Amino acid sequence: MAVPAIELKNITKTFGHIVANHKVSLSVMKGEILALLGENGSGKTTLMNMISGIYYPDSGEILIDGEEAVIASPKDAFDYRIGMIHQHFKLVDIFTAAENIVLGLKEEGPFDLEKVSARVREISEQFGFEIDPKKKIYEMSVSEKQTVEIIKVLYRGADILILDEPTAVLTPQETQKLFAVLRRMKDAGKAIIIITHKLHEVLEISDKVAVLRKGEYIGTLVTAETNETELTEMMVGKKISLNIDRSEPKNRQERLVVKDLDIMNRDGIKVLDDVSFTAYSGEILGIAGIAGSGQRELLEAIAGLQNISEGDIFYHDPRTGKTEDLKDKTPLQIRELGVRLSFVPEDRLGMGLVGNMDIVDNMLLRSYRKGHSVFLQRGEPRSLAERIIKQLEVVTPSAATPVRRLSGGNVQKVLVGREIAAAPTVLMAAYPVRGLDINSSYTIYNLLNAQKESGVAVIFVGEDLDVLIELCDRILVIGSGQVTGIVDARTATKEEIGLLMVKSHKAAAAKETESRGGNHAENR
Amino acid sequence: MQKTDKTVREPLVHITKRPDMPLFPALLIRLCAILLALIICALIIFWLTGLNPLAVYKAMFEGSFSSTRKIWNFLQNTAMLLCIALAVTPAFRMRFWNLGAEGQVLVGGLASAAVMFYVRDSWPSWLLILVMLISALAAGIVWAGVPALFKANFGTNETLFTLMMNYVAIQLVTFFIAVWVPTGSGVLGVLNQQSQNGWLPAVFNQRYGLNVLIVGILTVVMFIYLRYSKHGYEISVVGESENTARYIGVNVKGVIIRTVVLSGAVAGLAGFLLMAGAAHTVTAELAGGNGFTAVLVSWLAKFNPLTMILTSMLIVFLQKGSGEIAQAFRLSSNISEIMTGIILFFIIGCEFFIRYRINFRKKAEEEK
Repeated sequence: MAVPAIELKNITKTFGHIVANHKVSLSVMKGEILALLGENGSGKTTLMNMISGIYYPDSGEILIDGEEAVIASPKDAFDYRIGMIHQHFKLVDIFTAAENIVLGLKEEGPFDLEKVSARVREISEQFGFEIDPKKKIYEMSVSEKQTVEIIKVLYRGADILILDEPTAVLTPQETQKLFAVLRRMKDAGKAIIIITHKLHEVLEISDKVAVLRKGEYIGTLVTAETNETELTEMMVGKKISLNIDRSEPKNRQERLVVKDLDIMNRDGIKVLDDVSFTAYSGEILGIAGIAGSGQRELLEAIAGLQNISEGDIFYHDPRTGKTEDLKDKTPLQIRELGVRLSFVPEDRLGMGLVGNMDIVDNMLLRSYRKGHSVFLQRGEPRSLAERIIKQLEVVTPSAATPVRRLSGGNVQKVLVGREIAAAPTVLMAAYPVRGLDINSSYTIYNLLNAQKESGVAVIFVGEDLDVLIELCDRILVIGSGQVTGIVDARTATKEEIGLLMVKSHKAAAAKETESRGGNHAENR
Repeated sequence: MQKTDKTVREPLVHITKRPDMPLFPALLIRLCAILLALIICALIIFWLTGLNPLAVYKAMFEGSFSSTRKIWNFLQNTAMLLCIALAVTPAFRMRFWNLGAEGQVLVGGLASAAVMFYVRDSWPSWLLILVMLISALAAGIVWAGVPALFKANFGTNETLFTLMMNYVAIQLVTFFIAVWVPTGSGVLGVLNQQSQNGWLPAVFNQRYGLNVLIVGILTVVMFIYLRYSKHGYEISVVGESENTARYIGVNVKGVIIRTVVLSGAVAGLAGFLLMAGAAHTVTAELAGGNGFTAVLVSWLAKFNPLTMILTSMLIVFLQKGSGEIAQAFRLSSNISEIMTGIILFFIIGCEFFIRYRINFRKKAEEEK
């Protein structure tokens, strides 16, 4: 039997008490494409970083061509002819393609760009790339830049290629081109590992699929013998019971109505496409989706931090009964309308809090404008800080400690505590338990539940499907910026949500929900 | 696991960040740094010149404090440096690197000089001073405001922009002097020498008294503004994270422009004080590089206006002292510049030891 080009045996890597990879084993033969499948945080990138010499495994071994290899640095990885194409390109903008390709190479003799260009053309012809070696990087499209990255590793003679979510930035046509190139490389005897969470691409391009879930190695399947449902099941796993208390929604009223929302990013690409949903008071609406599918933009649009290309966001005020359109309003204008909207953003220390300020001054963020005085009133925020520290059991030397020195869970308690203290009618929380230990997570769940019971419309963006299913009342699934379904959390299964998450075409999504009895939750 | 030991070795020295050091040990480290600097300077002085280092230090001290006149000169120079440092500080706290204080001071001085030049004695002194003050503030605001507008609206680099504005200001001063004094010396002499119209009045019987008083009050006001006012809070938030500022609904553009305008106005005031309260004329050297030294003063004090009193005193003391040494011992001014360099190096360098801890690899581990 042939020897695998690269084989991993029982690789384990931990960061502090977090296990990123636990006893992962996989192998790739020459002339084979392996897809590495898993949700966010399942340890795909950590694993690949160990192969490319960025991290060093705690235990386990890596075999190259059957021999044990020590990969302690990216240079070692090059010596073993391993090349990684990162998701974020590492290119010098003002250099040409050829200059970027040879950057950092130590070659004998004088530097000859003509020779480099000739070699680049040769590689391009062999594998079917289209590239002009003399073109500058800043003049290139995203897919051209990716091509440069791939040629860069081929130029260095890589036989084992790792591509980290290469299709995330590509259009469908560009993806097809990339796949054609990958097939040629495979025919040329290269071993290829491609990280992705788009199931249809896995089925299209790969020979084998290895699935990771929460750092655990689940198994490897032959692509030809599997299907989407089986892969989704492996990816999301069996349901785990978390015993989160969930009450029935009471007194449901329309609170926030999002209609046909479109958002473009800076490059003019649609990150949200025709998103519509309603958030009701007294319920928790979960939002599920692969990271970067537009969740952040959606919440920021509601909070007035994103420009909206099209669509509307209506807010029904429970006190006045009036309806306000929040479109094209700044956060300040939204507050001045009397909309009590609280927002726990994903980036806690970069947006929700100021790391270098103490807890009291961070409480001030929401309330410093109060009063007509030109001076700050620190009295009220100080007592609020003391109250939050006591009630939420924040571990801190004092209220005068800069929040950046608190642990992740305590930072989050400070942030959530402040947002809840504003007595919101809508509470949005993005990944509020990310990086938190079990106890802190439950503190946050209980806080969200208490808000729901007091009649707040809670919007919860999460990544752990078990949590979403147990905490939320309804779950909106978002895939590539589109709503692929809204399901009832009490009856939905993880597989159902997992499938919706990886759907990207609207038509397919509509068919999917229809076959499951239509938008049952939405039409209730 | 053997492999891990082979490839991953703890380096001989590694540096870790300290938790915040209490005030007293931090002060002790700074004191040690100054002492060390003085010892090293003494060795170098002795080695290079053979002079008695103690005599040299005595001369250095005398540079600032040997007579009432020298003390007032020292206070005036400190006040001016401090005033310019106060000007750049609000912008710095917002992470807006205003390196254009030199130019902002110059145009402030130029504007007040222009008013004095054209009015001469035709207005009463109080009115002249008022108009001079207003035009100096306006000039400083324009000079700082232009880069601020570009930064807020187009995201241009404020460091380069403000820096370039300095050279425009210098050329502008040279141009106006050439217009006002087309022939002869090419130097704009002291204006209103006879009438002293438009000169700041003496306070405590001292011609620099008012300058020192104004800057003293300004320091306290600036401290309170930055620490206890809503504006000051907004400045800190924008400086720490624009995303957070947007999140809580701060108008980031507005805060940038407002703060830099304030920065320019204070710089303009410094120009006015230099012109109306001391020089009574204008030259391209009116700010004398203090626009740049002020950056150092502000940074050394970690942008705290009260601490800046100390740092500006230190810098002026070093400047005066090194001048005195050069004169008293007939040394070239290079030796005193070397001393200033060494002292500043130690003072700035000791901050590293306050913020970081240096860990050596333990011997036992090495043997294992």
